[in-house]
Amino acid sequence: MLNFLGKRAIASGISLVGLVLLVFFLSRLTGDPTGLYLPLDASEESRMQFREIHGLNDPLIVQFFSYMGDLIRFDFGDSIRRSEPAIDVVLRAFAWTLQLGTLTMMLVVSCAIVVGSLAAFHVGGIFDRIATFFSLIGASAPDFWVAIVAIVIFSVTLGWVPTSGTGSVAHWILPIAVLFIRPFGLIVQIVRGSMITALSSAYVKTARAKGIKNRAIIFVHALRNAMLPVITVVGDQAAALLNGAVVVETIFGFPGVGKLMIDSILQRDFTVVMAAIMVTATAIFVMNLLIDILYSILDPRIRY
Amino acid sequence: MGDRLLEVRNLSVDFHTSQGTVHAVRDVSWHLDRGETLAILGESGSGKSVSASAILNLIDMPPGEITSGEILFENRNLFEMTAEDRRQLNGHRIAMIFQDPLSHLNPVYSVGFQIAETMTAHGVSRAQTRARTIELLKRVGIPDAETKVDAYPHQFSGGQRQRIMIAMALALKPDILIADEPTTALDVTVQAQILALLEELQQETGMGLLLITHDLGVVAEVADRVVVMNSGQIVETGTARDVYHNPTHPYTKKLIAAIPGNGAMATPLDTGIKPILEISGLTKHYAAFVALDQVSLTVLPGESVAIVGESGSGKSTLAKTVLRLEEATSGAALFEGRDLVTMSPKELFHTRRDIQMVFQDPTQSLNPRMTIFDIIAEAFVIHPEILAKPHWKARVSQLLEQVGLKPEHMYRYPHQFSGGQRQRIAIARALALEPKLIVCDEAVSALDVSIQAQVLALLTGLQNELGLSYLFIAHDLPLVRDFAHRVIVMKSGKIVEQGPVQQIFEAPREAYTRNLIAASLSPDPEIQASRRMARHDLQEAAS
Repeated sequence: MLNFLGKRAIASGISLVGLVLLVFFLSRLTGDPTGLYLPLDASEESRMQFREIHGLNDPLIVQFFSYMGDLIRFDFGDSIRRSEPAIDVVLRAFAWTLQLGTLTMMLVVSCAIVVGSLAAFHVGGIFDRIATFFSLIGASAPDFWVAIVAIVIFSVTLGWVPTSGTGSVAHWILPIAVLFIRPFGLIVQIVRGSMITALSSAYVKTARAKGIKNRAIIFVHALRNAMLPVITVVGDQAAALLNGAVVVETIFGFPGVGKLMIDSILQRDFTVVMAAIMVTATAIFVMNLLIDILYSILDPRIRY
Repeated sequence: MGDRLLEVRNLSVDFHTSQGTVHAVRDVSWHLDRGETLAILGESGSGKSVSASAILNLIDMPPGEITSGEILFENRNLFEMTAEDRRQLNGHRIAMIFQDPLSHLNPVYSVGFQIAETMTAHGVSRAQTRARTIELLKRVGIPDAETKVDAYPHQFSGGQRQRIMIAMALALKPDILIADEPTTALDVTVQAQILALLEELQQETGMGLLLITHDLGVVAEVADRVVVMNSGQIVETGTARDVYHNPTHPYTKKLIAAIPGNGAMATPLDTGIKPILEISGLTKHYAAFVALDQVSLTVLPGESVAIVGESGSGKSTLAKTVLRLEEATSGAALFEGRDLVTMSPKELFHTRRDIQMVFQDPTQSLNPRMTIFDIIAEAFVIHPEILAKPHWKARVSQLLEQVGLKPEHMYRYPHQFSGGQRQRIAIARALALEPKLIVCDEAVSALDVSIQAQVLALLTGLQNELGLSYLFIAHDLPLVRDFAHRVIVMKSGKIVEQGPVQQIFEAPREAYTRNLIAASLSPDPEIQASRRMARHDLQEAAS
């Protein structure tokens, strides 16, 4: 297991270096980085100065290694707009996104497992039909539209929750609710399908013959087997949330990494963009590792 | 007797499918007394498992429907009880074990958990279960039970898994144990051990044992009484001896006549002729594991050579290596003097025409999306030199007739045929290439006894007609006895013994062969009783 984790860490390290290479050289390909870092109306003099300070006159390869050296020390440079280290700005925003993503996914997974499992228990029953109908709608609802409609109804018309921003528990409700819908719809479908297979399996027949109660058959025998394909999809959806739920964060003015990235791109705060890419990439790597570990915990046949 | 545990009266069960209603069992009645072993004997589709499923409430309704009858357990009608009352009977008073213990054990929970669960589900507190679970595992013969209790199903062998299933079923000392084909997936020697264990446990607890099987040998080994089923109806009931010696119903007669192991044995061919296949020192390693170890054998033209052995003996690896589906580590396999092991891909392509394979499961080896015509004519697509396109249809018709199928069915798909018919299609596909040698890997093992006999007769007929050679891989000794000229016994990748069929069956030299023959089941209850004695003596001698 430790061996496996080590191998995965090395492989991910290599991918991260690849990502740095890609981002670094792509940004240089677009031309003079002063154009990216400085405002459009900056004088030639300030551009010269900028190049001198940041070593932009050095050969590209030298620049790359000094950039890598900085990265290893966790130094992404300062944010140009905020005059503080870019990594601090990103980590602050990432903490928000992480909370939002974790809360949402926890809700999604627990609700989807219950709803999907119950739907699978009586295939074609009334509960199954309702669950299938709404999960299909949920899985295909565009979140920007749902977000705006939700604001109009719950914030503007009814005035139950604030339209945007942070500060109270009420501020979290709409973003979580909107982010919840799509992964929930998708995962209910996966849980249902996977549970139907598990419930028709031979070991469930054995459990029936043993006189195990229905609840234990569903949630002990079938569910753990059915979780394996579900975890893959959950990981995929969680990765999308960690990347920053760009649309939802922007609409609700939520100070997460998605909104930060959009703002930084618009403001040409290039150091922040770079730092945000590296942080989210690392987070996704860690999450994939957690999923692999979870796999081996759920299924004793999987050993790394 | 007289202590009646269970009585099924006039039970009829229908299954409503999209193709119409299937009457799975019709007006079936039987009973089981305490301490008795009743066997329900039938081929696939006979409905033999349906009444057992009805007892444990395992029939899904819909599509199933119990249209008439009742099942009395201690004089209470199960169908009038609540679902909760019936759940409490399951596993506690009536327990069941199944054919394939790997798929019937939950892969993600330890065996200890699964055995203990039978007890906790019926009110035993968790604290008491562990000691009892270990005791049960010891009782069914799992070595090192204290540590194995925390192991998972995939960490056990097939026989051990069935022992675990038995431990699970017996946790609460049920009054009735239902065993649905409990030994079908197991090797003969393991089968004998499991049946002996069931018998011992029955004597210990006095439970009634209901055995569902297709195998008359199993019936002869353990059953007191037997119920013979065909197409959802009971055709005959009686003691195991009566039914075997004096069958009254034509179906039972047919079934008993079809049992292999009673025919005349083939005389060996003249060894003066040049062999078609000559294997010498063939070895195959999978990393550190030696699957084949210095195997040498020959096959003569027109000869059937059987390779028998238990699972893991290397018999399938041998077939795959000869066909170059696996690469040999060393050794040679000369086919008509040319070495298959070192042959270039081009040479191999042409030689493949001469060596064909028939696999165990025709459901998996026939492409479900191709018609029978396409499946058979594909041979001519790959080897166009055999036949020009205008003649394909006539040739496919001819091949289908040769294997006993109707030519007008050539545009049907595999799922429209029965298991036996599908295996005939697989044979026709092999014949299309006009091969000289056919490798049959457990080619009839998955078929019912009466179908087995037909397919074997077909293979023998084709051999006489076309001079084919067979390399016939099987685990079923009686089958081999009737079919093969020569028998090769394998164990752990090595040849233990080889010789003419008569010598192997009547005067085996090696103890392993003797064990294998003693473990195989005869349908004759008397012979079976004497074999049981012989097995017992062998065990005594061993210990």
